[in-house]
Amino acid sequence: MAELSTRHLLGIKGLTAQDIELIFETADRFKDVLNQPQIRKVPSLRDVTIANIFFENSTRTRLSFELAEKRLSADVVNFAASSSSVSKGETLIDTVNNILAMKVDMVVMRHPYAGAATFLSKHVKAQIVNAGDGAHEHPTQALLDAFSIREKYGDVAGKKIVIVGDILHSRVALSNILCLKQLGAEVMVCGPTTLIPKYIGALGVKIEHNLIKALNWCDVANMLRIQLERQDIKYFPSLREYTMLYGLNKEILDSLDKEITVMHPGPINRGVEITSDVADSKQSIILDQVENGVAIRMAVLYLLAGQTP
Amino acid sequence: MQNLTLLDGQKFQITIQRLCRQLIENHNDFSETVLIGIQPRGIYLAKRVAIELRKILPGSNIQQGDMDITFYRDDFRRRGAPLIPSETKMDFIIEGKKVVLMDDVLWSGRTIRAAMEAMLAYGRPQKVELLALVDRRYSRHLPIMPDYVGIEVDSIASQKVVVSWTETDGEDKVVLLSEIPNI
Repeated sequence: MAELSTRHLLGIKGLTAQDIELIFETADRFKDVLNQPQIRKVPSLRDVTIANIFFENSTRTRLSFELAEKRLSADVVNFAASSSSVSKGETLIDTVNNILAMKVDMVVMRHPYAGAATFLSKHVKAQIVNAGDGAHEHPTQALLDAFSIREKYGDVAGKKIVIVGDILHSRVALSNILCLKQLGAEVMVCGPTTLIPKYIGALGVKIEHNLIKALNWCDVANMLRIQLERQDIKYFPSLREYTMLYGLNKEILDSLDKEITVMHPGPINRGVEITSDVADSKQSIILDQVENGVAIRMAVLYLLAGQTP
Repeated sequence: MQNLTLLDGQKFQITIQRLCRQLIENHNDFSETVLIGIQPRGIYLAKRVAIELRKILPGSNIQQGDMDITFYRDDFRRRGAPLIPSETKMDFIIEGKKVVLMDDVLWSGRTIRAAMEAMLAYGRPQKVELLALVDRRYSRHLPIMPDYVGIEVDSIASQKVVVSWTETDGEDKVVLLSEIPNI
């Protein structure tokens, strides 16, 4: 028997190394389930109802959560803020409490504001899974990224991972840094000065502004998208210039001394942060990340739901 | 705790041998049969039976796999914490085959119910049989009966039956553990 040290998954910050290891071990078994020849689902959560509440657009994460829930036999309701009473002025707590009044056990929520999931966990009864809160955390993405590195290399500890791009606006970057550091990896961030938060060094990461140097140092490069929707001012002269300085192409990849692994949390802007020939190359594990996403989310939901209500 | 050894040494070996002979009676050369051990403890029984069968029937293709049933249990959210799942390793197709499920101790029958559900994810077998090394009689919660039994034990709920294996525990043994009553 083993239990997570938390009742909600609000961020990587609340997880211990043991929690992460337990999630990985459980996800290993769910990968077996997803590869079963006939029925790729299990009945574990058949008496659990989960609401997916997305106040912000998402394709991959929502689909991945929904598939994970269905593979666990949970009942699922989906809610997109754009087509709801939120636009009529309802507060977050009211919206969620109304959903809970319909007997929902867990809430998976994405929200444009940092801390929304933590706030909700303090005010409603259901178990909360953070599917991304503003530029704060995106814990399941970090877990699936670390899980994919573990799958490729056998272990995360001691590996060198560089996160390239818009670190300032990226919840994926923060969750990844916390998760990889917790597991004993070395982490570097790389990007234009304006897109690297001022005090990020305090998290124990290296900072590099030269892409080639960063790539020569690392085992794994996690390429992030430029989040234009979160950029209120111009952080660099043009997207073309960004691509010239921080875009990863096949020429650069082939010029490196060793064969590094390329990751991307999606959605990819092909030709901006990464070219098509890199995204589709043998060194890319982008689609493995997506596959592992379902197993990781099944593990998180299973371990949380398994706690005695 | 008071320990009573029910089976060990040569008797243990004879019991395994007898189970193998009984299996051969019904499954001939095992070309249409697969053996499935239920995780975590039934896999040692299935592995041992497979080894013995290969000795008795050299040249035959005895297929044996491990199956985990954690996600199919009926006590999820009803116990303290979720159980850690084990690995499922089945490198064969069970569609149309005769399946022999194996577990070390048969008690409430709930594990077997879960195993029958878990098995369906791998196909529709022609027939399913159950082999238990120890059958704790009169303790079933479900209408499940074994087809092959190593030893029958009459025990009460507070007692525990533990099977040890040479491979993992150093010796082959079946022990009945009873709590010493407070006088």
